[in-house]
Amino acid sequence: MDILGQLITSFIATGAFGILFNVPKESLVKCGLIGMGGWLIYYLLEGYTNDAVLGTLAATIFVAILSQELAKFYKTPVIIFVVAGIIPLVPGGLAYDAMRHFVENDYNTALGSAAKVLMLAGSIAFGLVFSEVVNQILRKMSERRSKV
Amino acid sequence: MGNQVEQANEIIDVCLLAGKIMLQSGGETYRVEDTMMRMAAAFGIKHSHSYVTPTGIIFSSEGPDPSITKIVRILERTTDLKKVALVNSISRKICSGDLTLVEAKKELMEIDSRDLSFPFPIQVVAASLASGCFMIMFNGVWNDFIPSMITGGAGYLGFVYFHRFVSIRFFSEFLASFIIGLLAFIFVKLGMGQQLDKIIIGSVMSLVPGLLVTNAIRDLMAGHLVSGLSKGAEAFLTAFAIGAGIAVILRFF
Repeated sequence: MDILGQLITSFIATGAFGILFNVPKESLVKCGLIGMGGWLIYYLLEGYTNDAVLGTLAATIFVAILSQELAKFYKTPVIIFVVAGIIPLVPGGLAYDAMRHFVENDYNTALGSAAKVLMLAGSIAFGLVFSEVVNQILRKMSERRSKV
Repeated sequence: MGNQVEQANEIIDVCLLAGKIMLQSGGETYRVEDTMMRMAAAFGIKHSHSYVTPTGIIFSSEGPDPSITKIVRILERTTDLKKVALVNSISRKICSGDLTLVEAKKELMEIDSRDLSFPFPIQVVAASLASGCFMIMFNGVWNDFIPSMITGGAGYLGFVYFHRFVSIRFFSEFLASFIIGLLAFIFVKLGMGQQLDKIIIGSVMSLVPGLLVTNAIRDLMAGHLVSGLSKGAEAFLTAFAIGAGIAVILRFF
């Protein structure tokens, strides 16, 4: 029951952010589904291992690979799907938490949260770059094979 | 000879226009550079250099005639993925030879001048829905759904309205998060909301620069050091504005 609520809310939240970022209308539902898939992976992994970085990394790689395939299929820029997909994963809440503790003069807690924000944002960025690199390697290999 | 220079000038203008639209709409740095160089190559400028930062584009072409360099200043940046997609499809058409220089210029100018975003009321509804849903995703309780929807919608509304009067982004973000903090506080005081923290976190999600932080690190990893650092600075300023706006509320009450 809990997970059903998470699925529905992540779908709606991603779609709503798609509207704010002016995603083309025909891609809105796809964006919502990608965001939902990414959030499901994150939610389950984070629940089992209690490690947010691992969950974020796995979810980002899923989102990035799926986005690249969809972008090739629908001939739209990858950024549309990627942005929507990582919206639920992005550590906005933690960034806010860190800033709040800073302005409340609670520097120890704030530094901890800020470091966590950097780790999470870094793992998202790493996941995106990683899947892009894998994609490029695969493309180059298939090009070489077709030449031979 | 003069004709050729004229032609090269025209090509660079079109490339810069495309790059400007993409960058203002939130396209990635490497994609903007790549698109401009591809377009230039399709129009016959084989050797070109582009240097893209979040605040400006420098584009230069090398040829037999004196090489031309032009610069475009970018002041305002938003996220408008539809424009990125449109410019992308135009550059695809140019590369496959379906679009001439004059046609491309006309289409790009039309995209640049048009406002393609969703109607404003729909945006506010979307922002409030997102706020409510994010509150649940951060393990909030369903009782807080309506309060965080209202605070999130009001915060976004406030942000857009303040931004029309005050062109400095920092202050509109500060005031918007101040409104969010105040409303959330009132809701909790009246007993309509339970967890102040969760309501605030859900509501500020539409303002928070999470995406900017990720893009900044990604640019840094890809070697775009200048744009990575400046995006990081922008993200830090936004986070600071939001944190300060909320902190004022938490301090006084």
